Amino acid sequence: MIATKTRPSLDDLRRKSVEARKLIVEAIHHAGAGHLGGPLSATDILTALYFDQMNVDPGNPDWAGRDRFILSKGHSSIALYTVLAMRGYFPIEELHTFDAAHSRLQGHPDMHALPGLEMSTGSLGQGLSPGAGMALGAKVRGETFHTWVMVGDGEIQEGQIWEAAFMAARYRLDNLTAILDYNGLPQFGWPQAGGFTRETPIDDPGAKFRAFGWHVIECDGHDQASIREALDAAQAFKGEPTCVVAHTVKGKGVSFMEGDFNWHAKVPSDEQLVDALAELDAQLAELGNGEAA
Amino acid sequence: MSSATLKTQRIEPLPLAGAEQEALREVWGQTLVELAADFPDLVVLDGDLANSTRADIFAAAVPDRFFEMGIAEQNMVGVAAGMATLGFVPWLSTFAAFMANRATDQVRIVVAQPHLNVKMCGGYTGILTGKTGKTHQSVEDIAIFRAMPGVVTLAPADGVELRSAMRAMMETPGPMYLRVTRDPSPVIFPTDYRFQIGPGVLLREGADIGLIGTGVETVRVLEAADMLAREGVAASVLHLPTLKPIDGDAIVALAERTGRIVTAEDHSIIGGLGGAVAEILGERRPTPMRRVGLRDVYGESAPNDYLLEAYGISAGHVVAEARALIERT
Repeated sequence: MIATKTRPSLDDLRRKSVEARKLIVEAIHHAGAGHLGGPLSATDILTALYFDQMNVDPGNPDWAGRDRFILSKGHSSIALYTVLAMRGYFPIEELHTFDAAHSRLQGHPDMHALPGLEMSTGSLGQGLSPGAGMALGAKVRGETFHTWVMVGDGEIQEGQIWEAAFMAARYRLDNLTAILDYNGLPQFGWPQAGGFTRETPIDDPGAKFRAFGWHVIECDGHDQASIREALDAAQAFKGEPTCVVAHTVKGKGVSFMEGDFNWHAKVPSDEQLVDALAELDAQLAELGNGEAA
Repeated sequence: MSSATLKTQRIEPLPLAGAEQEALREVWGQTLVELAADFPDLVVLDGDLANSTRADIFAAAVPDRFFEMGIAEQNMVGVAAGMATLGFVPWLSTFAAFMANRATDQVRIVVAQPHLNVKMCGGYTGILTGKTGKTHQSVEDIAIFRAMPGVVTLAPADGVELRSAMRAMMETPGPMYLRVTRDPSPVIFPTDYRFQIGPGVLLREGADIGLIGTGVETVRVLEAADMLAREGVAASVLHLPTLKPIDGDAIVALAERTGRIVTAEDHSIIGGLGGAVAEILGERRPTPMRRVGLRDVYGESAPNDYLLEAYGISAGHVVAEARALIERT
């Protein structure tokens, strides 16, 4: 599908990502709850998926031939909600209902609450299996849609991820891509000799997926050129499922949140919101409005 | 589906003496093949136990709709959920203990909460599981599934009822759990019996005491009713193949008619049939009752006959509890 339509420019995607980050930070500030570090590390990949890679129709969200996306790291829901709203699944103003009573924007994605959500997630490590089920079902039916699952590097500590990895390789589900948001920072950390480390204990996750029979591609999860190259290659690869190891930074885009585990689930103060939005506006100004591009 | 719209059935059971024996797991495998012919979206996912659960009968007959998931029940549940979103109706093949315990959180998140159309089947239910021991016996599965909002929980008594129940499960969308026992047990239902999700089945009418059974334990309850009849005690027997949604009206009506209730199950008395009946009666019609079942213990490896006696779930135990209740009230 990506060959038959005009693709957005990389600068368009970069602008979308900064706009998404502004909405994410505002929504969390407004809700007074939620996660920030993970959503900001996932933002660039989500805009690439929904504005460039995926064959979806927000006006007909249940269309059978659509590509599927599952956010296995469900606690980053606000990033997915934001990109879905920007893509036209529901009004952007609704982002301000995140986590509120009666909202369709539940703390963790509820597949029946909001159009565009393909699976309920939240208890970690569970999203890759339904993605494998969708990919297997597509093979059985001869459907050509692609299934994407984003997993966090923290949640691949869960054993079920490796159950799914084993099975997807056995069935040669090359219509399935796992994107690993490899930001390196779990919520708390890990004890080690000589002291405590905040860094994830998952060393070289690509090697682990490769050992399970997956094709592995590494990319810079904040560089749209690198993301496009990796996701294009993932869709084109035949014979094995692909894992895209996207190297990311937790809290990406707001200098005082970047690489600080404290922003895993912290709400910015009014002053911090102003500072964050100023930084993001400066990034937008640097990118220009795109008319010259 | 709701028990509010369907009425309790009155069925005269076949005599126990000389009854045909049928293993529910064999019927399960055969019925999947029959259903596959009528329902093109039916698929079977197996956790490497097909020759135990008898999903192998399906695998041999309909190989293109059988998917081996390996020894990985949590992933199997997730794959089923993904396939269900495409309109497939996955039936899961594993043991009850693994279905209920090993994959509980997966069932909760991707089947029960989104109410997906996945048919979760537990083979080797209860403690009569061919000398497997406590790791492979299931004494909490009814309690677990019954506690999950929206999950229909079924325990048929014989092969006839299982066959009919499986068709009803295919015809009714939504997450369901089905108990399937391992070893041959007597056929008690006539072949024209039609199972309905929800309503109980009144098998005997007697005014002295109400006996309630579920699953194949109902066969032992019928046996107990025969033994009591020989002592001059007229027992009603209510079979509850649906633990949820439970036929509360049938339970209350039975309590009103008899004034005494004994429940019996191949499961813990906590959270299972006994717990469910006590909840209904406690709220709607407090009635003296006794619960036959496992009394907060796990089982062990041993022959079925030994286990029935040692863990207090034989027909004789039902009779003893009934007698004790009659003497007390």
